[in-house]
Amino acid sequence: MEVGQMQGRLVDYTKSLFMEGFLDGQFLQLQQLQDESNPDFVVEVVSLFFDDSEKLLNDLTMALDQPNVDFKKVDAHVHQLKGSSSSIGAQRVKNGCIAFRNFCEEQNIEACLRCLQQVKQEYYLVKNKLEALFRLEQQIVAAGGSIPMMEMGF
Amino acid sequence: MGMAAESQFHVLAVDDSIIDRKLIERLLKTSSYQVTTVDSGSKALKFLGLHEDGATNPNTSSVSPNNHQEVEVNLVITDYCMPGMTGYDLLKKIKESSSLKNIPVVIMSSENVPSRISRCLEEGAEEFFLKPVRLSDLNKLGPHMLKTKFKDHNQKREKQEEKAAFQSPKRQEQEEQHQHQQQLLQQQSNNNKRKDIEEGLSPERTRPRYSGITAAV
Repeated sequence: MEVGQMQGRLVDYTKSLFMEGFLDGQFLQLQQLQDESNPDFVVEVVSLFFDDSEKLLNDLTMALDQPNVDFKKVDAHVHQLKGSSSSIGAQRVKNGCIAFRNFCEEQNIEACLRCLQQVKQEYYLVKNKLEALFRLEQQIVAAGGSIPMMEMGF
Repeated sequence: MGMAAESQFHVLAVDDSIIDRKLIERLLKTSSYQVTTVDSGSKALKFLGLHEDGATNPNTSSVSPNNHQEVEVNLVITDYCMPGMTGYDLLKKIKESSSLKNIPVVIMSSENVPSRISRCLEEGAEEFFLKPVRLSDLNKLGPHMLKTKFKDHNQKREKQEEKAAFQSPKRQEQEEQHQHQQQLLQQQSNNNKRKDIEEGLSPERTRPRYSGITAAV
């Protein structure tokens, strides 16, 4: 496949992620902060997000598994996850966290467990999507091409 | 570029989230500011040379006119929700400190809580940004830092005047550069639609004062 085709695929793939709500405008903001002096900025931030999120999801699993659930602690973890997902534009994860926090407030353990499942699912989905996106980018760069800048007009 | 050290603004960014620290650092650097990031309010105070009990270490005070160190902070931008010392607590400590109170402070928060916003502004915060913070938000920072820079700059200038009479060409150049910067910063100010603070919440802010020194403009 030649560079032009790969770039086309990347653009289409990225657009689909926005259309399907996996990513929001904040992700574009991240891309705009990337330049020749910081060519790996997006991958670096997203990698931090992956590490942070996986730790938080583990902490949440453990916290909800306790005989006496500390909802304040659970809420604190969800708040953190909501913040970081919002910062990178992982919209569905962020929305899942918003719902999650409501149930923490209600101290509804069953609903919290369901929310945790939901957030985990959304997290792994967006993780896969973003990794696929980065692979496409790598292929383009390896073939000597440049990453096309996303336009907001779609 | 002998003016480089004076014309570059140094921002201290405080956030317990590593992702947000990376983000704010990049945003600030893209806006041509020098950045230091710390992950807590207490580390921020340490960096500013203030001990938690309020005592200042004169060797690291960043606003001292006879400062031997290059560490000068022109603005503090801090997250609100942090474990231990919140951004609000940090704001209070800075404004209560005689050596630090003139440093402009900006608060960031992921939550849009009007009472929180007004409390911070009343305590002396210059701006309140909703997260995620964007480049367009940072365009608002320039005027706050320039205000303080002018103050420090005029102080230093007066000291130089006492020492040597022949300063005019350099001073003119510096003045022009400051004016040019101010124009640039004002041109960059956009209408920010993400501003969720009521217009009426801009309180009368007392101008910072240094006793015994008149600002010569």
